[in-house]
Amino acid sequence: MTHQQPATDLLRDLAPRALGAVVRRYGHFADAEDAVQEAMLAAATTWTADGTPDSPLAWLIRVASRKMADQFRSDEARRRREELAASWSLVPPEPVPAHDDTLTLMLMCCHPALSPGAAIPLTLRAVGGLTTREIAAAFLVPEATMAQRISRAKAKLKGFDEPFTMPPPGGGGERLRSVLHVLYLIFNEGYAASDGPNLARTDLSGEAVRLARGVHTALPDDAEVTGLLALMLLTDARRPARTGPGGELVPLEAQDRARWDRRLITEGLTLLTGALRRGEPGEYQLLAAIAALHDQAASYSGTDWPRILALYNRLEALTGNPMVALNRAVAMAMAQGPDAGLALLDGLAGQLGDHHRLHSVRAHLLEQAGDTGGAIAEFEAAAARTTNLRERDYLVTKAARARLAVGPP
Amino acid sequence: MRYMILQNYGPTESNCPPMSQWSPADIKAHIEFQQALNAELLDRGELVDAQGLAGPEQARYVVSDGSSAPVITDGPFPESKELLAGYRIVDVDSDERAVEIAARISAAPGLDGAPIRQPIEVRAVMSAPDPEV
Repeated sequence: MTHQQPATDLLRDLAPRALGAVVRRYGHFADAEDAVQEAMLAAATTWTADGTPDSPLAWLIRVASRKMADQFRSDEARRRREELAASWSLVPPEPVPAHDDTLTLMLMCCHPALSPGAAIPLTLRAVGGLTTREIAAAFLVPEATMAQRISRAKAKLKGFDEPFTMPPPGGGGERLRSVLHVLYLIFNEGYAASDGPNLARTDLSGEAVRLARGVHTALPDDAEVTGLLALMLLTDARRPARTGPGGELVPLEAQDRARWDRRLITEGLTLLTGALRRGEPGEYQLLAAIAALHDQAASYSGTDWPRILALYNRLEALTGNPMVALNRAVAMAMAQGPDAGLALLDGLAGQLGDHHRLHSVRAHLLEQAGDTGGAIAEFEAAAARTTNLRERDYLVTKAARARLAVGPP
Repeated sequence: MRYMILQNYGPTESNCPPMSQWSPADIKAHIEFQQALNAELLDRGELVDAQGLAGPEQARYVVSDGSSAPVITDGPFPESKELLAGYRIVDVDSDERAVEIAARISAAPGLDGAPIRQPIEVRAVMSAPDPEV
């Protein structure tokens, strides 16, 4: 329903500002967040029927404040009767608050003590302005389950009783890293799920990009924030070519590069170039730099593999992540031949054990090296171990094709 | 991470007799345990779905070649102990948590309130693939 989209976009943009204003006025983040969510639902109905008010932000703050005051009044009445209830005097809040609390809210919702499973929906609701129903639909769980997940996350935050302010300069580094991690997970969730024209599912990748833009606006000089936004755009640019007509997975080497989104690539490259000028790049900038080299290559074989290999070397030194080492082996095989890549894989078996990715990468490298029999066995081993449906379809098909190539036993 | 946690009609480690041979109080306790567990999973934001299936007597096997009339076999089946009795789908933070839930289900109270120790199957639900890096 495209004609309703502008009102929805406006509402989602205003959600964190309204919430920030209500929390500043009354405190009680958990209750304020519920009140703003109610105000958002009311706005969705009222604005559609009567048109958008002149000052939509003030409207949201007013309605949320009223709901909050009603809530307090009934609580107090129950507890301490009328004298205290009457003491709640509600001064109408200033029409438009001076603060934009988006980043403060995000730091709060992505508290390191929350698991990603809790921080992600809370961020999407409190900062992203999505409804519980939309979030539940995006993660394919019942609305009641998602509502519980969000309220438990808020209850946990209540236990920390943190003041609603930005951390002091320099003190927010660790917290900011949690925010970036949560946004990256939201992006990946959406990217992985974009397997067909499922209009009912919220576009989580788009939400992650929107939220990352918000953080970038608040912290334009932070190179890793810029790097993450660039990474999202440079990855999202390939989305149109990533699935075939039947929804099947199309690997990078087989993608129709003409279908990549040039506008996103240009924006991502500009952001990345600016970030890299600021010195020693962090994880997201390195990932973005790798994505940029892929996006700029005319073909898979014509990709600048030596530079990608060098970037993976730095990324592995920085993160120590064995999954990065796997990708490094792929780059090594492309840069120096499959045997060099396979030699790297041998060293990884201890860390990755029986992981499906290890089998899958080894299968591809064995295929490249001409060992079709070995490749078939590894494709089958990977297919049996993956928990990704489309990946399994892809791996089973690869095994079948390889078997066809060697002929009947 | 999403898991399907399955229980079938197979034998239990406690050699628990069928429910029809329990006392009404035992049956009541068992049902309340299942309901309380579902409520807890919902409260924790983990429950996706929980269903008990109608008994094997209601089950049918259907085989078709796509053109002629399908062959439908009614129960009872000699292998009915392998049939699924019920399942839960949970969305949890870790593999360990799925196993923990399965352990709770396995220890559901049976005859005289003793844990049934039923073998519970834990299966990862297929998801969409991760983006390539």
